[in-house]
Amino acid sequence: MEEVRQMIEPLVEVKGLRKYFPMPKGWLKENVYVRAVDGVDFSIHRGETLGLVGESGCGKTTVGRLILKLIEPTDGEILFEGKNLALLDKKGIHPLRRAFQIIFQDPFASLNPRMTVGEIVGRPMAIHRLVDPSQRDERVAQLLESVGLQREHLYRYPHEFSGGQRQRIGIARALATQPKLIVADEPTSALDVSVQAQILNLMRQLQKVFGLTYLFISHNIGVIRHISDRVAVMYLGKIVEMGEKRALFQSPRHPYTRALLTAVPSLDPRRKREEVILEGDVPSPIRPPSGCRFHTRCRHVLAQCLEEEPLFHPVEENQWVACHLYE
Amino acid sequence: MSTLLSVRNLKTQFYSAGRTIYALDEVSFDIEEGTIFGLVGETGCGKSVTALSILRLIPYPPGKIVGGEIRFRGKDLINLPEDEVRSIRGKEISMIFQEPMTSLNPVFRIGDQMIEVIMLHQRLGKRQALEKAVEMLERVHMPEARKVMKQFPHQLSGGMRQRAMIAMELSCRPFLLIADEPTTALDVTIQAQILRLIREMEREFRTSILLITHDLGVIAEMCDRVAVMYAGSIVEEASVENIFEDPKHPYTKGLWGAIPRIEEEKENLAVIPGIVPDLSQPPEGCKFHPRCPFRFDPCDRIVPPLLQASSGHLVACFLYGGGKTND
Repeated sequence: MEEVRQMIEPLVEVKGLRKYFPMPKGWLKENVYVRAVDGVDFSIHRGETLGLVGESGCGKTTVGRLILKLIEPTDGEILFEGKNLALLDKKGIHPLRRAFQIIFQDPFASLNPRMTVGEIVGRPMAIHRLVDPSQRDERVAQLLESVGLQREHLYRYPHEFSGGQRQRIGIARALATQPKLIVADEPTSALDVSVQAQILNLMRQLQKVFGLTYLFISHNIGVIRHISDRVAVMYLGKIVEMGEKRALFQSPRHPYTRALLTAVPSLDPRRKREEVILEGDVPSPIRPPSGCRFHTRCRHVLAQCLEEEPLFHPVEENQWVACHLYE
Repeated sequence: MSTLLSVRNLKTQFYSAGRTIYALDEVSFDIEEGTIFGLVGETGCGKSVTALSILRLIPYPPGKIVGGEIRFRGKDLINLPEDEVRSIRGKEISMIFQEPMTSLNPVFRIGDQMIEVIMLHQRLGKRQALEKAVEMLERVHMPEARKVMKQFPHQLSGGMRQRAMIAMELSCRPFLLIADEPTTALDVTIQAQILRLIREMEREFRTSILLITHDLGVIAEMCDRVAVMYAGSIVEEASVENIFEDPKHPYTKGLWGAIPRIEEEKENLAVIPGIVPDLSQPPEGCKFHPRCPFRFDPCDRIVPPLLQASSGHLVACFLYGGGKTND
């Protein structure tokens, strides 16, 4: 019975998630907030990769940090295996932290330069008392091998490695606690394409071997398409469209998703893309536009878009969109 | 069409901690008038050093152009006296960079910076220069150009800063614009705006462009001819159609296979084994041979020359012999 429940229940469920960051008070003394994440609902199923895509400042990184409970939400719920993270205090969360790990964007900034690779990867095991200290090095060596490094690398320091190798160390560290969920925040953005390919292939292979679930955050649409099973598109603190990857890429519905997908340069020099170029910049998340947040840049804008916020609703079996055009 | 810029056997080296870094090794290419020439490659391959060498901006020490020839409109740029180079820089050859914030002075208003450049190179009075600056901002579709003239760089978004930069660099109607990763710091929808603008400006001002990027999509969309660089040398050069439809060099093929594409799905991305060589100790012979799956007898001893494999398609690889194609 327990197994059946585990199969159906999503690993992570997010409901009405909000995060407002306070801004320094102005002379009028009114409270001003950056609405980084402003009402987001989604779930992540076991063993899948959910791609979270959007441009800078859309709130995708904040969502990742909220799920890892690195920051506290302003409002909303995050359920991890049915447990509400908000109700857990520091002590209560500790055993759960083992189950979710992160891979960072910058493999240069995210590894302590004064620690050996063995210490870096072994540290999470020590904190969670997972492996007997006498066997820790052996376990780390096994992990290094599983991410394509060598056992001899155990006693080396991060500066002795290339960017791609460092990202492998970061991945080994994330795997050290045998997590269920890995939040990967732009894990290949700092890497060259040939190295990026190595890391993406590795992440896929590890997912199969260890049965991992990924929340993969990226601004790179090609990468998101390659790695994800389902994709959620964010704009200005909201998810505007979410769906099974194939459906979303074949028939994007939301005008923002369409603009985003056509903005990516094609690798076929003879193919002239249909120009759905968005004009202007993203509005400020401090005072987001009324109604639909995209209405200031949308070419299909309707009267109701200025006033009414569109609700997230299904358009196909596996595709959801928040847009008045599809109501 | 005639040749605007001709680079022949360019060699640039850096000296650091008693080591010589062979940053550019016999680089040769031509840029025809009114065309966009793309230079593509991964980090450290020498793309930016090529640009800086053309502008004679290699800092000495530690760097030095040690050989070769750069001919630009009949002048030999390498042996030109410094004051003559200075009158070419910014006037006949301009450059835009990845992050416009580093090339705009943060403490001066956009207008003042533009007026200074225009007055310096065009012998105009202040009033005329001001009008010219506003006109240029309007031509790059800067909203509220007169207001922007009075703003400081930090008050503009990344895309708007790049627009201001382009307006400034084109105000002197250069013959050649060098654009070094002009859209790498921008979001895709903003990138699409800037790329469209660069194309428009190329047509309007008949400026030739040397476009440097690691993004193959940008190359495919923008360029007429493309050169692929690896470890300080050009390994392949062809028209954009030929290089994407019929890549010949094993490195080009590897790079092409490594990109996650938006149009298609593949289970695993192609991977180029190994890492880029240390340019203070480049491999003998072909610099790609340690990573090349097709290497054979001469590759580790003799440097393959850049030769014509088919009409207008140059490759530096022994697989293609001396001018004959193998496939």
